[in-house]
Amino acid sequence: MSQASNSVLATKNLVRRFGGLVATNDVTFSLPAGARHALIGPNGAGKTTFVNLLSGVLPPTSGQVFLDGQDVSAWPVFKRARAGLSRTFQINQLFADFTPLETIGLALSEAHSEGAQFWRRAGTSRAVVDEAVAILEQLDLGDVMEHRVGSLPYGKQRLLEIAIAVAPKPKVLLLDEPAAGVPEGEREQILEIVEALPKEMALVLIEHDMDLVFRFAKTISVLVQGALFVEGPASEVARDPRVRQVYLGESEVEHHLDTPPPGGAGHGHAGEAGRGGAA
Amino acid sequence: MIDTAAHATQGGESRAMAYFAERAKWRWPEFALWIGAFALAFLFPSRALLFNEVAILALFALSLDIVLGYAGIVSLGHGAFFGLGAYVAGLLAKAGAGAGLLSDPTFGLLISAIFCAFVGYITSFLVLRGADLTRLMVTLGVALIFAELANRMAWLTGGADGLQGVMPGKILGLFEFDLFGRNAYLYSLTTLFLLFIVARKVINSPFGVSLRAIKGNALRAGAVGINVNRRLNGAYTLGAAYAGVAGALLAQTTAFVSLDVMEFHRSADVMLIVIFGGVGTLYGAIIGAAAFKILYDLLAAATPQYWQFWLGLILVLLVLFVRGGIMGLVTGVYQRLTGKGGAA
Amino acid sequence: MLTVLFDGLAYGMLLFVLAVGLSVTLGLMNFINLAHGAFAMAGGYIAVVLMQRFGLSLFWGLPVAFIVTAAAGAFLERTLYVHLYDKPHLEQVMFTIGLVFMSVASVDYFMGASPQIVDVPKSLEGNIEIGDLTLNKYRLFVIVFCAVLTAALQLGLSRTRFGSRLRAAVDDARVARGLGINVTAIFALTFAFGSGLAGLGGALGAAIFSLDPQFPLKFMIYFLVVIAVGGTTTITGPFFASILLGVADVAGKYYTPTIAGHQIQVGGFVIYTIMVLVLIFRPQGLFGRAPGK
Repeated sequence: MSQASNSVLATKNLVRRFGGLVATNDVTFSLPAGARHALIGPNGAGKTTFVNLLSGVLPPTSGQVFLDGQDVSAWPVFKRARAGLSRTFQINQLFADFTPLETIGLALSEAHSEGAQFWRRAGTSRAVVDEAVAILEQLDLGDVMEHRVGSLPYGKQRLLEIAIAVAPKPKVLLLDEPAAGVPEGEREQILEIVEALPKEMALVLIEHDMDLVFRFAKTISVLVQGALFVEGPASEVARDPRVRQVYLGESEVEHHLDTPPPGGAGHGHAGEAGRGGAA
Repeated sequence: MIDTAAHATQGGESRAMAYFAERAKWRWPEFALWIGAFALAFLFPSRALLFNEVAILALFALSLDIVLGYAGIVSLGHGAFFGLGAYVAGLLAKAGAGAGLLSDPTFGLLISAIFCAFVGYITSFLVLRGADLTRLMVTLGVALIFAELANRMAWLTGGADGLQGVMPGKILGLFEFDLFGRNAYLYSLTTLFLLFIVARKVINSPFGVSLRAIKGNALRAGAVGINVNRRLNGAYTLGAAYAGVAGALLAQTTAFVSLDVMEFHRSADVMLIVIFGGVGTLYGAIIGAAAFKILYDLLAAATPQYWQFWLGLILVLLVLFVRGGIMGLVTGVYQRLTGKGGAA
Repeated sequence: MLTVLFDGLAYGMLLFVLAVGLSVTLGLMNFINLAHGAFAMAGGYIAVVLMQRFGLSLFWGLPVAFIVTAAAGAFLERTLYVHLYDKPHLEQVMFTIGLVFMSVASVDYFMGASPQIVDVPKSLEGNIEIGDLTLNKYRLFVIVFCAVLTAALQLGLSRTRFGSRLRAAVDDARVARGLGINVTAIFALTFAFGSGLAGLGGALGAAIFSLDPQFPLKFMIYFLVVIAVGGTTTITGPFFASILLGVADVAGKYYTPTIAGHQIQVGGFVIYTIMVLVLIFRPQGLFGRAPGK
């Protein structure tokens, strides 16, 4: 595969249609190992659809996804996860009845291919428990590791959502708005953790918050109406007049967009975009 | 910098090990329940036949709890495996004619379990193709097919007259089934107990944890690399094998198999028992079975044909007002008594 | 041969009237009402009571059965079912099976366990001869009646404002809500109407199939087959599925091929196998269309 040589994750002419709507439009994209990449775009640009295509939650209408040079387009989610593609979800996808310890233990058991063992008690694999506790302690979940996940404060759940994706040491980690919904006071902690993720892990951050994007990303792709609009180093993208127009346009002439953001959300994001551009 | 190769702190790790050990620990009510169950055989020998029925029902319910409570597969046709197990064991006992390996009840259980596991494994692929609603109908459809087969293959199954001449031999060549059913009860209860321990182990294993994860959030389960369908295949197969053993116990201890073992009401009853006892609790299956039988006897004694009404009413009220079934109530009380987290 | 087709057609038409309400409510709310057959049974027994105790003809029984079961459906929907829409399927199943058990025992208590014998109206007794063909008058009436009803339903769905809203809601309840359609009200009405149709079907069919307290359990399986084969996105799907099932069922009872010296009655077996195969290879139903989104 030509995509193979230097990229851990790549797509080729990726298309996804929902009925008449084209949510992902002919995206060809490549991510080098250890990347710090941000995927931005106005509301309804198809960012989450794109992430779902990468992780296998959705099958593509056409085109391919490559992981480590291998065509994984037809692979289900679990197979891609085992091959080193991990993700967080915009809305927490956790096991409410588990404890953080069980949650991470589960993820690590799978990573160690011990998840199907039925003859021994869970928690008897020293290596899994050691790693699980280590990651929980580093993500500030050590003191709540025996609590029920459903009863944890939202900020802690958000940390766990990151922990469960990081624990198996993926090659590629897709972070879908990791700070979404986290109260202002706890945001900084999430940002610091995202920044502190291991260097060799290729990260893709899907974010609205431009502060976070420019603080973290070395390269940026801008997605507009499902298609790659602009791609390049963060500093260049920040200066690109077309990008600024897309973001400013969202707040000033909302009705020009095919899918206007609901309620006041558009203003908020545009405001953040403005700040990001200034930074 | 987050270091994925870092080690846990000493305190953290020992806390975690202790936590996992505590979770799977046997608690005193569990010991009490099993000791009590075995004691029943000697305290009330005259009711042994009834106890035997409860033990078999409990094993059957346990098998559905694995499928429904842990794998989250809503099955309306679980009775198929019960019936298959009963016919396999019945035919073996008939072929053995009271002597030799073929008649040994434990051998019968083993063969029934293997046969039902095989059929369960094959059908699990059909069942898992669809979502909830489709599964409901596929399980029902598969059960109906087996019931029809049993009915049509009268040359083998005895059809509507039932399978005659089932003569189970001595258990392990040592104990004979007596008329009062005490050995039958002890035999069924021991089988239930052993299989319960196995089920409990499986549920507390990494495999069991992954089943709970799939039921809790299948999307996330896939995203951490769990091959969801493969695990569910396994759980369904295990449930089928257990149901087969329950059916085999019935055939052996009653020395008879009728078409009734395949009927729809078996599947409905057992589902009711699991819900009644508490889904996904293991003990709910046992307590539910006992409660079901007691209720049946009470209500049927008062109004022989209309017990169904009360059963229906209980179901409706259960769904509307009580979450977690009897086990939900029991663990609530237990937690108050001991002031700590839930039992296995 | 033609008689089998004819009887099967009558039976299938009846099945459709019995099951169509369930199919629509299932498609609309993704709610499994296994107690649908209880409404059908109620309709049948209402007709029986009217005829036996009050000496009225079946022609009176039909509308009364419809109205009473529709009202009962509306009442139960508003008081009980409404609590269950957001509950897991398992609880819906248990709840509605509970209702089935209660209805079975209640009818047994009040009406006895034996099958009811229903006299068809005098004007519909006997047969009509057309050439070599002998047609039972009552079955002909059932076919015509159900055909008219089906045509009316189809027209109602495609031509009326309510129909178009209902179709929109079945297609995608969330989008329909977004468009300002009151899905809850539509569902309540549909549920009541579907229950009424089941009651009507029960009354109509009381003279054809045996009406006894086990009816809801026995027919639950038939309803599920109709839905499995017909899908839940249209009413034409369940219609053809019902006809197919009716003909297959009647034919299965007539033809008993002999295989290896054993007379094999194929009926049920074939039907269940077809259902399972359809579910596995076309989960949206033989006549349903794939969810087009």
